Amino acid sequence: MMYNGGKIITGLIIFALIITAPFWLNIGQADEPPEISLDTPVINQLSEKECIESAEFMRSQHPQLLNDWRDQVVREGKTVYTSSSGKEYQISLDNTCLQCHSNRSEFCDACHAYTSVDPYCWDCHGGGIAK
Amino acid sequence: MMNRRDFLKIMASLGIGSALVLEGIDRIGTAADTIPGSKNLQAGHWGMVIDVSKFKTPEDIQRVAAACHKYHNVPEINDPQHEIKWIWQEDFEHTFAELESEYLSEKVKQMQFPVLCNHCENPACVRVCPTQATFKRPDGIVAMDYHRCIGCRYCMAACPYGARSFNFFDPRPYIEEINSAVPTRTKGVVEKCTFCMERLDKGQQPVCAEASGGAIIFGDLSDPDSPVRKVLRDNFFLRRKVELGTGPSVYYIIGGGGSNA
Repeated sequence: MMYNGGKIITGLIIFALIITAPFWLNIGQADEPPEISLDTPVINQLSEKECIESAEFMRSQHPQLLNDWRDQVVREGKTVYTSSSGKEYQISLDNTCLQCHSNRSEFCDACHAYTSVDPYCWDCHGGGIAK
Repeated sequence: MMNRRDFLKIMASLGIGSALVLEGIDRIGTAADTIPGSKNLQAGHWGMVIDVSKFKTPEDIQRVAAACHKYHNVPEINDPQHEIKWIWQEDFEHTFAELESEYLSEKVKQMQFPVLCNHCENPACVRVCPTQATFKRPDGIVAMDYHRCIGCRYCMAACPYGARSFNFFDPRPYIEEINSAVPTRTKGVVEKCTFCMERLDKGQQPVCAEASGGAIIFGDLSDPDSPVRKVLRDNFFLRRKVELGTGPSVYYIIGGGGSNA
Protein backbone atom coordinates (compact mmCIF):
# COMPACT_ATOMS: atom_id res chain seq x y z
CA MET A 1 0.00 0.00 0.00
CA MET A 2 0.95 3.58 -0.44
CA TYR A 3 2.19 5.64 2.48
CA ASN A 4 0.86 9.19 2.53
CA GLY A 5 -1.19 8.31 -0.54
CA GLY A 6 -3.57 11.24 -0.14
CA LYS A 7 -0.77 13.81 -0.04
CA ILE A 8 1.02 12.27 -2.99
CA ILE A 9 -2.06 12.16 -5.18
CA THR A 10 -3.07 15.70 -4.22
CA GLY A 11 0.47 16.82 -4.98
CA LEU A 12 0.39 15.10 -8.33
CA ILE A 13 -2.92 16.72 -9.23
CA ILE A 14 -1.60 20.17 -8.26
CA PHE A 15 1.56 19.50 -10.26
CA ALA A 16 -0.44 18.47 -13.32
CA LEU A 17 -2.62 21.58 -13.00
CA ILE A 18 0.38 23.90 -12.77
CA ILE A 19 2.13 22.27 -15.71
CA THR A 20 -0.97 22.53 -17.89
CA ALA A 21 -1.90 25.98 -16.56
CA PRO A 22 -0.98 27.77 -19.82
CA PHE A 23 -3.56 25.67 -21.64
CA TRP A 24 -6.32 26.27 -19.05
CA LEU A 25 -5.62 29.98 -18.77
CA ASN A 26 -5.65 30.51 -22.52
CA ILE A 27 -8.70 28.44 -23.36
CA GLY A 28 -10.96 30.31 -25.73
CA GLN A 29 -8.54 33.18 -26.18
CA ALA A 30 -6.88 32.20 -29.44
CA ASP A 31 -5.01 35.03 -31.06
CA GLU A 32 -6.48 36.33 -34.27
CA PRO A 33 -4.75 34.60 -37.15
CA PRO A 34 -2.49 37.07 -38.92
CA GLU A 35 -3.81 39.01 -41.85
CA ILE A 36 -1.17 39.30 -44.47
CA SER A 37 -1.34 42.15 -46.87
CA LEU A 38 -0.59 42.04 -50.58
CA ASP A 39 -1.20 45.75 -50.92
CA THR A 40 2.09 47.03 -52.32
CA PRO A 41 2.65 49.30 -55.31
CA VAL A 42 4.34 46.57 -57.38
CA ILE A 43 1.75 43.89 -56.65
CA ASN A 44 -1.12 46.30 -57.34
CA GLN A 45 0.29 46.92 -60.81
CA LEU A 46 0.50 43.22 -61.69
CA SER A 47 -2.19 42.15 -64.14
CA GLU A 48 -2.04 38.61 -62.84
CA LYS A 49 -1.38 38.45 -59.14
CA GLU A 50 0.68 35.31 -58.76
CA CYS A 51 3.88 34.51 -56.93
CA ILE A 52 6.61 32.37 -58.43
CA GLU A 53 4.75 29.27 -57.27
CA SER A 54 1.23 28.63 -55.96
CA ALA A 55 0.23 30.37 -52.74
CA GLU A 56 -0.08 27.01 -50.97
CA PHE A 57 3.42 26.03 -52.00
CA MET A 58 4.88 29.36 -50.98
CA ARG A 59 3.06 29.30 -47.66
CA SER A 60 4.42 25.91 -46.65
CA GLN A 61 7.71 25.74 -48.52
CA HIS A 62 9.19 29.23 -48.67
CA PRO A 63 11.74 28.61 -45.91
CA GLN A 64 12.99 25.51 -47.74
CA LEU A 65 12.92 27.33 -51.06
CA LEU A 66 14.95 30.25 -49.71
CA ASN A 67 17.39 27.86 -48.10
CA ASP A 68 17.90 26.08 -51.41
CA TRP A 69 18.15 29.37 -53.26
CA ARG A 70 20.91 30.74 -51.10
CA ASP A 71 23.11 27.71 -51.67
CA GLN A 72 22.31 27.61 -55.38
CA VAL A 73 23.11 31.25 -55.96
CA VAL A 74 25.98 31.78 -53.54
CA ARG A 75 27.80 28.50 -53.88
CA GLU A 76 26.74 27.08 -57.25
CA GLY A 77 26.39 30.30 -59.23
CA LYS A 78 22.91 29.34 -60.43
CA THR A 79 21.02 32.59 -60.59
CA VAL A 80 17.82 31.67 -62.40
CA TYR A 81 14.88 29.75 -60.96
CA THR A 82 12.53 27.98 -63.34
CA SER A 83 9.18 27.65 -61.64
CA SER A 84 6.89 24.66 -62.05
CA SER A 85 4.91 26.70 -64.60
CA GLY A 86 8.08 27.16 -66.67
CA LYS A 87 8.60 30.85 -65.98
CA GLU A 88 12.09 32.08 -65.11
CA TYR A 89 12.92 34.28 -62.15
CA GLN A 90 16.13 35.81 -60.88
CA ILE A 91 17.12 34.13 -57.64
CA SER A 92 17.37 37.01 -55.22
CA LEU A 93 15.66 37.77 -51.95
CA ASP A 94 16.35 41.49 -52.33
CA ASN A 95 15.71 41.86 -56.05
CA THR A 96 12.92 39.37 -56.62
CA CYS A 97 10.94 38.57 -53.44
CA LEU A 98 11.16 41.95 -51.78
CA GLN A 99 10.46 43.89 -54.97
CA CYS A 100 6.84 42.76 -54.75
CA HIS A 101 6.64 42.09 -51.02
CA SER A 102 8.00 45.44 -49.99
CA ASN A 103 5.74 45.59 -46.94
CA ARG A 104 7.77 43.63 -44.47
CA SER A 105 5.74 44.28 -41.35
CA GLU A 106 2.37 43.53 -42.95
CA PHE A 107 3.53 40.53 -44.97
CA CYS A 108 6.60 38.76 -43.59
CA ASP A 109 6.52 39.83 -39.97
CA ALA A 110 2.79 39.30 -39.60
CA CYS A 111 3.12 35.51 -39.82
CA HIS A 112 6.59 35.28 -38.33
CA ALA A 113 5.46 37.07 -35.20
CA TYR A 114 2.29 34.95 -34.96
CA THR A 115 4.24 31.69 -35.22
CA SER A 116 7.05 33.07 -33.09
CA VAL A 117 9.84 32.49 -35.57
CA ASP A 118 12.67 34.93 -35.86
CA PRO A 119 14.53 34.35 -39.13
CA TYR A 120 17.86 36.16 -39.40
CA CYS A 121 17.38 37.00 -43.09
CA TRP A 122 16.78 40.62 -42.12
CA ASP A 123 20.19 41.07 -40.52
CA CYS A 124 21.59 41.46 -44.03
CA HIS A 125 18.69 41.42 -46.51
CA GLY A 126 15.91 43.90 -46.96
CA GLY A 127 17.92 46.80 -45.58
CA GLY A 128 16.49 49.08 -48.25
CA ILE A 129 12.81 48.53 -47.45
CA ALA A 130 10.93 49.94 -44.53
CA LYS A 131 10.71 47.82 -41.42
CA MET B 1 4.49 -16.65 -33.71
CA MET B 2 6.53 -14.84 -36.34
CA ASN B 3 9.88 -16.40 -36.95
CA ARG B 4 13.09 -14.46 -37.02
CA ARG B 5 13.40 -14.61 -40.80
CA ASP B 6 9.94 -13.08 -41.45
CA PHE B 7 10.55 -10.39 -38.85
CA LEU B 8 13.76 -9.29 -40.58
CA LYS B 9 12.04 -9.26 -43.98
CA ILE B 10 9.23 -7.05 -42.70
CA MET B 11 11.59 -4.66 -40.96
CA ALA B 12 13.79 -4.38 -44.06
CA SER B 13 10.86 -3.58 -46.35
CA LEU B 14 9.54 -1.02 -43.84
CA GLY B 15 12.95 0.61 -43.78
CA ILE B 16 13.23 0.80 -47.56
CA GLY B 17 9.64 2.03 -47.85
CA SER B 18 10.11 4.85 -45.37
CA ALA B 19 13.38 5.88 -47.02
CA LEU B 20 11.53 6.24 -50.32
CA VAL B 21 8.75 8.25 -48.71
CA LEU B 22 11.22 10.56 -46.99
CA GLU B 23 13.09 11.02 -50.25
CA GLY B 24 9.81 11.98 -51.92
CA ILE B 25 9.00 14.49 -49.19
CA ASP B 26 12.48 15.92 -49.49
CA ARG B 27 11.92 16.63 -53.17
CA ILE B 28 8.77 18.67 -52.65
CA GLY B 29 10.87 21.66 -51.66
CA THR B 30 12.91 21.52 -54.84
CA ALA B 31 10.17 20.82 -57.32
CA ALA B 32 11.56 23.23 -59.89
CA ASP B 33 14.95 23.80 -61.36
CA THR B 34 17.74 26.33 -60.93
CA ILE B 35 20.13 27.19 -63.72
CA PRO B 36 22.88 29.75 -64.37
CA GLY B 37 21.64 32.98 -65.92
CA SER B 38 21.86 33.41 -69.68
CA LYS B 39 23.55 36.81 -69.44
CA ASN B 40 26.22 35.87 -66.92
CA LEU B 41 29.84 36.46 -67.84
CA GLN B 42 31.95 33.34 -67.64
CA ALA B 43 35.68 32.89 -67.41
CA GLY B 44 38.27 30.26 -66.72
CA HIS B 45 40.03 32.56 -64.29
CA TRP B 46 38.92 36.09 -63.55
CA GLY B 47 41.74 38.57 -63.11
CA MET B 48 42.37 42.28 -62.84
CA VAL B 49 45.07 44.61 -64.11
CA ILE B 50 45.50 47.94 -62.35
CA ASP B 51 47.36 50.61 -64.31
CA VAL B 52 48.70 52.72 -61.46
CA SER B 53 49.98 55.45 -63.80
CA LYS B 54 46.38 56.25 -64.71
CA PHE B 55 45.56 57.07 -61.10
CA LYS B 56 46.97 60.60 -61.24
CA THR B 57 46.01 61.66 -57.74
CA PRO B 58 45.00 59.89 -54.53
CA GLU B 59 41.52 61.31 -55.13
CA ASP B 60 41.20 59.08 -58.19
CA ILE B 61 41.70 56.01 -56.01
CA GLN B 62 39.33 57.35 -53.38
CA ARG B 63 36.69 57.99 -56.04
CA VAL B 64 36.89 54.37 -57.23
CA ALA B 65 36.87 53.05 -53.65
CA ALA B 66 33.87 55.22 -52.82
CA ALA B 67 31.96 53.89 -55.83
CA CYS B 68 32.68 50.31 -54.76
CA HIS B 69 31.77 50.91 -51.13
CA LYS B 70 28.60 52.77 -52.00
CA TYR B 71 27.41 50.00 -54.32
CA HIS B 72 28.21 47.18 -51.90
CA ASN B 73 26.84 48.84 -48.76
CA VAL B 74 30.27 48.94 -47.14
CA PRO B 75 29.94 50.98 -43.93
CA GLU B 76 32.08 54.04 -43.38
CA ILE B 77 33.62 53.63 -39.95
CA ASN B 78 36.36 56.14 -39.25
CA ASP B 79 38.16 54.03 -36.69
CA PRO B 80 41.13 51.98 -37.95
CA GLN B 81 40.38 49.23 -35.43
CA HIS B 82 36.88 48.67 -36.73
CA GLU B 83 36.87 49.99 -40.28
CA ILE B 84 35.57 47.88 -43.17
CA LYS B 85 37.30 48.13 -46.53
CA TRP B 86 37.01 46.28 -49.79
CA ILE B 87 39.33 48.47 -51.86
CA TRP B 88 41.58 51.17 -50.44
CA GLN B 89 44.89 52.89 -51.05
CA GLU B 90 48.36 52.07 -49.78
CA ASP B 91 51.79 53.53 -50.47
CA PHE B 92 54.59 51.60 -52.17
CA GLU B 93 56.09 50.34 -48.93
CA HIS B 94 52.84 48.75 -47.82
CA THR B 95 51.86 47.48 -51.24
CA PHE B 96 55.16 45.92 -52.24
CA ALA B 97 56.93 45.61 -48.87
CA GLU B 98 59.51 43.15 -50.19
CA LEU B 99 60.67 45.65 -52.85
CA GLU B 100 61.19 48.45 -50.36
CA SER B 101 64.69 49.95 -50.39
CA GLU B 102 66.31 52.97 -48.79
CA TYR B 103 67.44 54.08 -52.27
CA LEU B 104 63.95 54.02 -53.73
CA SER B 105 63.22 57.18 -55.69
CA GLU B 106 61.07 59.72 -53.93
CA LYS B 107 58.55 59.51 -56.77
CA VAL B 108 58.00 55.78 -56.27
CA LYS B 109 57.93 56.18 -52.50
CA GLN B 110 55.11 58.68 -52.84
CA MET B 111 53.06 56.57 -55.24
CA GLN B 112 49.67 55.40 -54.08
CA PHE B 113 48.20 52.04 -55.09
CA PRO B 114 44.64 50.77 -54.98
CA VAL B 115 44.68 47.44 -53.13
CA LEU B 116 41.98 44.84 -52.69
CA CYS B 117 41.45 41.10 -52.31
CA ASN B 118 43.82 39.38 -54.75
CA HIS B 119 41.52 36.41 -55.41
CA CYS B 120 44.50 34.11 -55.09
CA GLU B 121 44.98 30.92 -56.98
CA ASN B 122 45.98 29.25 -53.70
CA PRO B 123 43.98 31.28 -51.19
CA ALA B 124 45.23 30.90 -47.64
CA CYS B 125 41.89 32.15 -46.31
CA VAL B 126 40.05 29.27 -47.98
CA ARG B 127 42.42 26.69 -46.52
CA VAL B 128 41.90 27.86 -42.96
CA CYS B 129 38.16 28.53 -43.03
CA PRO B 130 36.58 25.89 -40.76
CA THR B 131 33.09 26.18 -42.25
CA GLN B 132 33.91 26.67 -45.94
CA ALA B 133 32.22 30.04 -45.67
CA THR B 134 34.94 31.33 -47.92
CA PHE B 135 35.59 29.22 -50.96
CA LYS B 136 37.07 29.39 -54.43
CA ARG B 137 34.67 29.33 -57.34
CA PRO B 138 35.62 27.44 -60.51
CA ASP B 139 36.14 30.80 -62.22
CA GLY B 140 38.85 31.77 -59.72
CA ILE B 141 36.83 34.15 -57.57
CA VAL B 142 37.40 33.72 -53.85
CA ALA B 143 33.85 34.10 -52.64
CA MET B 144 32.24 34.58 -49.25
CA ASP B 145 29.09 32.85 -48.06
CA TYR B 146 28.14 35.13 -45.20
CA HIS B 147 25.42 32.69 -44.12
CA ARG B 148 28.09 30.24 -43.07
CA CYS B 149 30.61 32.65 -41.55
CA ILE B 150 30.96 32.09 -37.82
CA GLY B 151 33.27 35.06 -37.31
CA CYS B 152 36.32 33.11 -36.17
CA ARG B 153 38.60 35.42 -38.21
CA TYR B 154 41.08 32.67 -39.13
CA CYS B 155 40.86 33.99 -42.69
CA MET B 156 41.91 37.44 -41.53
CA ALA B 157 44.94 35.98 -39.81
CA ALA B 158 45.77 33.90 -42.89
CA CYS B 159 45.38 36.60 -45.54
CA PRO B 160 48.78 38.16 -46.22
CA TYR B 161 47.17 41.22 -47.83
CA GLY B 162 44.92 42.37 -45.00
CA ALA B 163 42.08 42.26 -47.48
CA ARG B 164 39.47 41.15 -45.00
CA SER B 165 37.51 43.16 -42.46
CA PHE B 166 35.46 42.02 -39.52
CA ASN B 167 32.10 43.43 -38.50
CA PHE B 168 32.53 44.05 -34.80
CA PHE B 169 29.05 45.57 -34.69
CA ASP B 170 25.99 46.04 -36.86
CA PRO B 171 27.28 47.96 -39.89
CA ARG B 172 23.92 49.40 -40.96
CA PRO B 173 24.01 52.61 -38.91
CA TYR B 174 27.28 53.45 -40.70
CA ILE B 175 25.87 53.12 -44.21
CA GLU B 176 24.76 56.48 -45.45
CA GLU B 177 22.28 55.23 -48.02
CA ILE B 178 21.56 51.52 -48.36
CA ASN B 179 21.63 50.17 -51.91
CA SER B 180 18.59 47.93 -51.75
CA ALA B 181 19.79 45.77 -54.65
CA VAL B 182 22.60 44.39 -52.51
CA PRO B 183 22.44 42.89 -49.01
CA THR B 184 24.37 44.48 -46.17
CA ARG B 185 26.47 42.39 -43.82
CA THR B 186 25.74 41.72 -40.19
CA LYS B 187 27.57 41.78 -36.88
CA GLY B 188 30.03 38.93 -36.54
CA VAL B 189 30.94 38.16 -40.14
CA VAL B 190 34.09 38.82 -42.14
CA GLU B 191 33.72 40.60 -45.46
CA LYS B 192 35.87 41.48 -48.45
CA CYS B 193 35.86 42.26 -52.16
CA THR B 194 33.90 39.72 -54.21
CA PHE B 195 35.16 40.75 -57.66
CA CYS B 196 31.51 41.80 -58.05
CA MET B 197 30.43 38.24 -58.70
CA GLU B 198 26.75 39.18 -58.52
CA ARG B 199 27.34 41.79 -61.24
CA LEU B 200 29.25 39.33 -63.43
CA ASP B 201 26.26 37.01 -63.10
CA LYS B 202 24.15 39.79 -64.60
CA GLY B 203 26.63 40.50 -67.40
CA GLN B 204 28.11 43.64 -65.83
CA GLN B 205 31.71 44.62 -65.13
CA PRO B 206 32.93 45.17 -61.57
CA VAL B 207 32.12 48.58 -60.10
CA CYS B 208 35.76 49.60 -59.68
CA ALA B 209 36.60 48.75 -63.30
CA GLU B 210 33.61 50.80 -64.44
CA ALA B 211 34.39 53.76 -62.18
CA SER B 212 38.12 53.81 -62.98
CA GLY B 213 37.73 55.03 -66.55
CA GLY B 214 40.04 52.37 -67.97
CA ALA B 215 42.65 52.36 -65.21
CA ILE B 216 41.36 49.01 -63.95
CA ILE B 217 40.97 46.30 -66.56
CA PHE B 218 39.01 43.19 -65.73
CA GLY B 219 38.85 39.99 -67.72
CA ASP B 220 39.58 36.34 -68.22
CA LEU B 221 43.21 35.42 -67.55
CA SER B 222 42.73 32.01 -69.15
CA ASP B 223 41.78 33.55 -72.49
CA PRO B 224 44.87 34.69 -74.48
CA ASP B 225 42.75 37.21 -76.41
CA SER B 226 41.17 38.85 -73.38
CA PRO B 227 41.92 42.52 -72.64
CA VAL B 228 43.78 41.63 -69.44
CA ARG B 229 46.08 39.20 -71.22
CA LYS B 230 46.75 41.77 -73.94
CA VAL B 231 47.78 44.37 -71.37
CA LEU B 232 49.94 41.88 -69.52
CA ARG B 233 51.68 40.92 -72.77
CA ASP B 234 52.56 44.53 -73.51
CA ASN B 235 53.67 45.67 -70.06
CA PHE B 236 55.94 44.79 -67.18
CA PHE B 237 53.82 44.05 -64.15
CA LEU B 238 54.05 43.36 -60.43
CA ARG B 239 51.92 41.24 -58.18
CA ARG B 240 51.81 41.53 -54.41
CA LYS B 241 53.86 39.07 -52.32
CA VAL B 242 54.18 36.44 -55.07
CA GLU B 243 56.97 34.81 -53.06
CA LEU B 244 54.33 33.46 -50.67
CA GLY B 245 52.93 31.25 -53.41
CA THR B 246 49.39 32.58 -53.15
CA GLY B 247 49.15 33.31 -56.86
CA PRO B 248 47.40 36.70 -56.78
CA SER B 249 44.99 37.45 -59.65
CA VAL B 250 45.46 41.22 -59.35
CA TYR B 251 48.28 42.63 -61.49
CA TYR B 252 49.85 46.09 -61.21
CA ILE B 253 51.36 48.04 -64.09
CA ILE B 254 53.57 50.85 -62.84
CA GLY B 255 55.11 52.39 -65.96
CA GLY B 256 52.12 53.34 -68.04
CA GLY B 257 52.07 51.57 -71.38
CA GLY B 258 55.70 51.40 -72.47
CA SER B 259 55.69 54.80 -74.13
CA ASN B 260 59.10 55.54 -72.62
CA ALA B 261 61.85 53.91 -74.63
